[in-house]
Amino acid sequence: MTGRITAAIAARVLGQLRHDHRTMALMLVVPCALITLLWWVYSGNSDLFDTIGPQLLGVFGLVVMFLVTSITTLSERTSGTLERLFTLPMGKLDFLLGYALAFGAVALVQGFLAAGLSVWVLGLDVRGGVGPLVLVAVLSGVLGTALGLLVSAFAATEFQAVQFMPAFVLPQLLVCGLLVPRDELPQVLEWVSYATPLSYAVDATTEVTLHAQWTTALTWDVVALLAFTVGGLLLGSATLRRRTP
Amino acid sequence: MARTELPAVAVEQLHVVRGGRVVIAGLSCTVRSGRITGLLGPSGSGKSTLIRAIVGVQAVAGGAVRVLGEPAGSPVLRDRVGYVTQSPSVYPGLTVAENVRFFACVLGVSLQDVDRVLEVVDLARYADTMVGRLSGGERSRVSLASALLGSPRLLVLDEPTVGLDPVLRVRLWDLFAALASEGISLLVSSHVMDEAERCDDLLLLRDGALLAEDTPAGLLERTGTDDVEAAFLALIDEGAA
Repeated sequence: MTGRITAAIAARVLGQLRHDHRTMALMLVVPCALITLLWWVYSGNSDLFDTIGPQLLGVFGLVVMFLVTSITTLSERTSGTLERLFTLPMGKLDFLLGYALAFGAVALVQGFLAAGLSVWVLGLDVRGGVGPLVLVAVLSGVLGTALGLLVSAFAATEFQAVQFMPAFVLPQLLVCGLLVPRDELPQVLEWVSYATPLSYAVDATTEVTLHAQWTTALTWDVVALLAFTVGGLLLGSATLRRRTP
Repeated sequence: MARTELPAVAVEQLHVVRGGRVVIAGLSCTVRSGRITGLLGPSGSGKSTLIRAIVGVQAVAGGAVRVLGEPAGSPVLRDRVGYVTQSPSVYPGLTVAENVRFFACVLGVSLQDVDRVLEVVDLARYADTMVGRLSGGERSRVSLASALLGSPRLLVLDEPTVGLDPVLRVRLWDLFAALASEGISLLVSSHVMDEAERCDDLLLLRDGALLAEDTPAGLLERTGTDDVEAAFLALIDEGAA
């Protein structure tokens, strides 16, 4: 792995996004539009918006980044560019970290826009402030990128890759505490919720919402998000093969 | 020609199995240094598989492939071997110059080299055009330009002239000859037999086995034919008899 090649890959991915105005707009505008819609839906009950709003900020970041990354990486695998890169002095980590850096930067802008809009315009009441909320949204986005890189290895076509969203992300959404608090879930599902990364994104936003200070629980949620991200990247690197059948 | 010179590529008893099917069964051949070697054979004969084994991205079941004296796919070869895949492996969502610049960054060669290779493949005037807007032939030249970056010792080109107009095909073959005269070794695959006459050496492939390894003149003389297509057929008859 070298810094030069990692940076080249990150710059290239961002360059592709820069030319693709529609994807860029979808990535940045859709989370903002969804959170505004949620605010409208709960216009009669601001307490519910204050509870669910921050949680969904984490979810949106993860879902959007997951989709964009899995499709982009898949097209890199199927178009032959990945094979070509493997004949060049590129390490697997260059590839993975290049993608993580590029989409991490997009997640930063996306998280900042959606969280800023929620707090400053829609009046979302977050005791912990915008900073930690953006941090959690960015970490969720980067986690989505890592998971997207991983699952792209198991899809042969774009059609399959899109199907991984309901197959891989929606179950996490059901057990992450958004619908039913995790400690009220049936025992087995509670265990499952501890093993799925989205739960920690939702827990972290809840911590930021409820506490003005940085809490130990928040630290552990952040550690869990980072651990799942690193784990996803490591597993992803195991699926990248220089030699293929 | 010094016969003792290290071959650019030496393949020994290569076995490749794909999806339970033997694609290459015990193939041995060499690509001589500083020459254009044509890899000819019909579609499905194993050309791309052999090429992928040479650039080190094909999982092989047995045998040895050495490139410039090193095992195929070794890290030291990665800036010495230029590889052009059959379908152009470039990014349609970037401009021509951005594509080539990206590969220049990965290789660590100077950005001035980008202008040089675009000039060589006659794409300088399209530098700021999105690759997605180019024709198939133009895209494959972007792919070729990226493979010419730096100073490769071996160029492995999988069907680089498919879909090109005749004028451009001739110009590309002139380019290959110029590169070979600089001492670069080229392995060029094609399913068009009339490109054989532009090669110094030929490898004829059919059903994953080597039919012949010879110079064009040697091949015609041995089979008593006038063109490579007829020679190919004669060799198949010979094998069947």
